[in-house]
Amino acid sequence: MIAVISSRSLFVALTALLLLALWLSLALGPVSLPLLDTLEALLRLSGLSGEQVPGQAELIIGQIRLPRTLLGLSVGAVLALCGVAMQGLFRNPLADPGLVGVSSGAALGAALVIVGSTSLGWGLGPLWLQPYLLSLAAFAGGLGVTAVVYRLGRRDGQTSVAAMLLAGVALSALAGALIGLFTYLADDATLRSLTFWNMGSLNGASYARLWPLLLVGVGVAIWLPRRATALNALLLGESEARHLGFEVERLKRELVLCTALGVGAAVAAAGLIGFIGLVVPHLLRLLVGPDHRILLPASAMAGAALLLLADLLARLLLAPAELPIGIITALLGAPFFLYLLVKGRH
Amino acid sequence: MLQVIDLGVNRGECPVLRDIALTVRPGEVLGVLGPNGAGKSTLLAALSGELPASGGQILLNGTPLQGWEALPRARQLAVLPQSSTLGFAFRVDEVVGMGRLPHASGRVVDAQVIEAALAAADVGHLAGRSYLTLSGGERQRVHLARVMAQLWPGQAGQVLLLDEPTSMLDPLHQHTILQAARQFAERGVAVLVILHDLNLAARYCDTLLLLDRGESCAYGPVVEVLQAETVSRVFGLEVLVQAHPERGHPLIVAR
Repeated sequence: MIAVISSRSLFVALTALLLLALWLSLALGPVSLPLLDTLEALLRLSGLSGEQVPGQAELIIGQIRLPRTLLGLSVGAVLALCGVAMQGLFRNPLADPGLVGVSSGAALGAALVIVGSTSLGWGLGPLWLQPYLLSLAAFAGGLGVTAVVYRLGRRDGQTSVAAMLLAGVALSALAGALIGLFTYLADDATLRSLTFWNMGSLNGASYARLWPLLLVGVGVAIWLPRRATALNALLLGESEARHLGFEVERLKRELVLCTALGVGAAVAAAGLIGFIGLVVPHLLRLLVGPDHRILLPASAMAGAALLLLADLLARLLLAPAELPIGIITALLGAPFFLYLLVKGRH
Repeated sequence: MLQVIDLGVNRGECPVLRDIALTVRPGEVLGVLGPNGAGKSTLLAALSGELPASGGQILLNGTPLQGWEALPRARQLAVLPQSSTLGFAFRVDEVVGMGRLPHASGRVVDAQVIEAALAAADVGHLAGRSYLTLSGGERQRVHLARVMAQLWPGQAGQVLLLDEPTSMLDPLHQHTILQAARQFAERGVAVLVILHDLNLAARYCDTLLLLDRGESCAYGPVVEVLQAETVSRVFGLEVLVQAHPERGHPLIVAR
C-alpha cells in the first residue's frame, strides 16, 4: 500500500477537519451559538477583549463547552498516539492500547472506587480527595496492571513482546473477573454509574479533570514524535533496529510507560472509549503509509477531531439526553474497521 | 576488521559453539559453511552482539564488541538477517533508506546512497513499490540493499555480516548479490557470509570456515578447505572436487 495522498494535503485536510470539529463542538448544544459569538466569547475568555460583563455565550463556552472540548481534544489525541505506539511496539497494525492491560486495569481501579464508596460503604480517604478519587484509582489501576504485564514479559534482561501480549490477555481476563465481582456486589444506582463509566463520556468535564490529562497529553505528544525514526526501525524487527544503532530495550520500556501514562490519564478523565486507538492509526496508515514521522502527528490530529465529532453526536442525537461516547465510537468504529478488513482482503 | 578468539556460545545451558577462532581482514570475504544445526546462525548472532559469548572474545577493529556504543557500531557493522518480518507497507526506497538512520549525512547524500545501493542489489526498478507486494527473493535483495546503504560506499574498518543472502534467489541473482558483496570487499570492507552452496562459496570467498556440531573443522583458503574427504566427512556426502575449467577454483560435484 503506497501513500494515497501526499502528507502535505493530508495535514491541510486534517487541520481543516480539526478546526471544523473544534468550532462545532464549541457552537452546538442546547443553545446554538453563531460563529461570530463563539469567536468573540473565546477572545474575551483569553483576555484579549476589554468588555467587563460576561455574556451568555461566554458563560456557556467558558464553563461548559471549552473544558469539554479541550478534554475531548486531549483524550482523542492521546488515545490515537498511544495506539500508534502500541502498534509499533507489537509490530502489528491491529494492536490496541488495551493489549498491555492499561484499560482493564483502569476499569478495575474505577470499579473498586465506584462500588467501594457506595454499595460497600468503605470510607475512602479524606473528603477533599473524594472528587479525584475515581480518576486517581483508574490511573493507578492502569499503571499497576501495565507494570505487572511488563514485569511478566521480561526475562534475562530482555522484554519479550509476545510474552507481554499473553500476560496482557490473562491479566485483562483477571481484571474482568474482579470487575464482574464488583458488579455483582453493586446496588442498582451504583451499577448504573459503573456501566456508564465503562462506556466513557465527556459529560461533566471541568478544568480540574482536564489539567492532569493535558499535562500527560502534552508530554506524550512531545516525546513520541521524537522516537518516530526509532519506531520505523523497530518495524523492521528488534534485532534489525539494534543493528541500526537504536537502544531497543530502552525504547520498548519507554513505549510501554508512555502508553500506560497516556491511556491511564485518558481513561481516568473520560472512562473507557474504544476504537480510537485502533482505527485512527490504521486508517491513516492506509492513507499516507507507515512512516511514523507523519503517522504520529496525523494520528493525534485525526484522533482529536474524530473524538470531538463523536462527542457531538453523543450530545445531540438524543438531546437533551446524552449517549455514552464509547457507544458512538464503537458503533461507527467497528463497522468501519470490518469494512477495511474486507476491502483489504480483495 | 573482525577478530574472534576462542569464542564459545551457550543457548541456555547447552554449549552450541566451542573454541571458534577466525579473522576477517579488510578486503577479505570469509564464507561460513556447515550442515544444518552446525551453529552458523549462532555464530552470526554472537558476532552481531545478539547472543552473549560464554567464553572468548570478539574484537571489532581491536575493541571488544560489547565496548562499542550502539550508534558508532552501527556505522561500522551491518547485519543481514536470514529472514525479515517487516509487515508494514513501506516503499522499497524507504526500507533501504532505513540503512541511513545511523548516519547524519543529510537528505541529498542519503538519496544518492539509496539509489546506488538499490542498483547494487538490482532492485532499482522496484524503488517506488510497496515492500509487501514483493516476492521473497525481491525482499531479500531489498534488505541487502538496506545493509549496503548502511555502510555505503564501504571502506576499511567496516564489517558486513550476511546470513544466507542467496537462500531465496534465482541463479542469476545469487551471482549478482555475491558479486556486490565482493565489490564491497574490494573497497576494504571485511565480509563474512554464511552460505549453503559450496560452489558459490568456492567462487566468491577468499577463505572458508567449515563448522560441524559447533566446532571449527577446517579454516583456511578455499582450496585447502574444500577437499573431497573433508566435505564428505562433514556433510556426509560423497563428492568429486575438480578445478573449474575456466576459473580454476574448486568445483564440487556429488558422486
